[in-house]
Amino acid sequence: MTPAGSNVGLTRATFSVFSKELRAEFRSFELLTSTIVFVLIVVFVFSFAFSPTHEDTRRFGAGFIWIALLFAGSLMLQPSFSRERPNDTLGAMVLAPIDPFAIIAGKMLANFFFLVLVEAVLLPAFSVLYDVSLLPVIGPLAGVMFLGTFGIAVVGTVFAAISAQARMRELLLPLLLLPALVPVLIASAGATAGLLADPPDLPRTWIFVLIGFDVVFLTAAWLFGGYLLEE
Amino acid sequence: MAATGPHSAPEGGAVVSFRNAEKRYGPHIALRRLSLDIARGEFVALLGPNGSGKTTLLRMAATLVRPTSGAVAFPAYSRDDAASIKRRIGMIGHFTMLYDELTAAENLAFFAQLYGLDEPRRRAAASLEPVGLATRANDLVRTFSRGMRQRLALARALLASPSLLLLDEPATGLDREGVAWLAAALAQLRADGATIIMSSHEQGEVLSLATRAIALRSGAVLDDSNSPGDLRTIIEREAASSVNMWSASR
Repeated sequence: MTPAGSNVGLTRATFSVFSKELRAEFRSFELLTSTIVFVLIVVFVFSFAFSPTHEDTRRFGAGFIWIALLFAGSLMLQPSFSRERPNDTLGAMVLAPIDPFAIIAGKMLANFFFLVLVEAVLLPAFSVLYDVSLLPVIGPLAGVMFLGTFGIAVVGTVFAAISAQARMRELLLPLLLLPALVPVLIASAGATAGLLADPPDLPRTWIFVLIGFDVVFLTAAWLFGGYLLEE
Repeated sequence: MAATGPHSAPEGGAVVSFRNAEKRYGPHIALRRLSLDIARGEFVALLGPNGSGKTTLLRMAATLVRPTSGAVAFPAYSRDDAASIKRRIGMIGHFTMLYDELTAAENLAFFAQLYGLDEPRRRAAASLEPVGLATRANDLVRTFSRGMRQRLALARALLASPSLLLLDEPATGLDREGVAWLAAALAQLRADGATIIMSSHEQGEVLSLATRAIALRSGAVLDDSNSPGDLRTIIEREAASSVNMWSASR
């Protein structure tokens, strides 16, 4: 018997995995619904717990946004690999003749996309609850959100792959993820705080930190991603 | 009946060759310094109780598990790169390896894309025909019975026309009709020249196709024979042993 098919490039395989993740999620909306509800609860609870003034929002609002996103990320990223376990679908993907990094990259992109959707709900809710207009800084803010969210998706997907093979996986992911994401949290909150200040300012140092973080972790995931999927 | 040791492979080299392959999970040894050659065209029945190492051996042959020590090689495919070797392997695992939240056609189309097959959707539709699931192509897999899932799993495993088929207890949960269908499908694959390694607890229609029996105990080879008389004895003994263990555990 001669096997059929041709070699599949990294980009094509990544897109196939990404499409499959989207199709599966949009069929049930389980992950997105629970994460969006969770993130709204966090922002809502913060607004009542602190009753922030306009000045408080400018000082602490950026931290609220990123803490909410970080918690949402740890909630959303958990099933990324663990839901492949019951039917051993991860094994079926690893068995396919593709670069194993395509599996991780496809999931990274999907997680990034889902987090962006969560932010699309979070930011307007934040703007209303904390009485701060984000429209004047929406362009630079989108850039900061992009870099910070990409960092969360990259690191979160890698740690989700690691923790999925562990026994206490539900507990392990936040324990690994939250400390590893401290640089992203600090840089993203710093850059966002600059944009919420009066007058708004975009601190370039934090942008460079975010870019550096994303590049380093993406490269590490690309180099060592295959090992993460081995039994 | 003593273990006869690794069989020598015929011309063209062994399809899979285990050389002192050992797998440890912490203190637990799943496979102990296993040395085996599986020749082209063989239908190997892999027998033994739960925990004897059958699944680990199959997953090692599928390149899903890396040996802790020793090696697994594919001498017959020595000119192929890693991706080409993977393309030659089809597997039905202990689990279905299918996405419950996707339809049958979507599952097959997804894997057809990963295998670089032309026109994945058309290929998926064509693959559903021989397993009798064409009318259920657009139904979610979660609505399928065990037998239907197993048929779909076989369709997925055969998508890229593999020459090495690894089956981990494929008849589990199938009714008589399903077992008969599986036996017919495997007989056809064998006639087409595929090499098949199949683990099983039970004797029956499917195991009657085997040309070689390997019995494992605690990760080591207890018996290995391809003579028809020994083969039947090993299969019957292992089936009886499974029934006894099951009875004793109740």
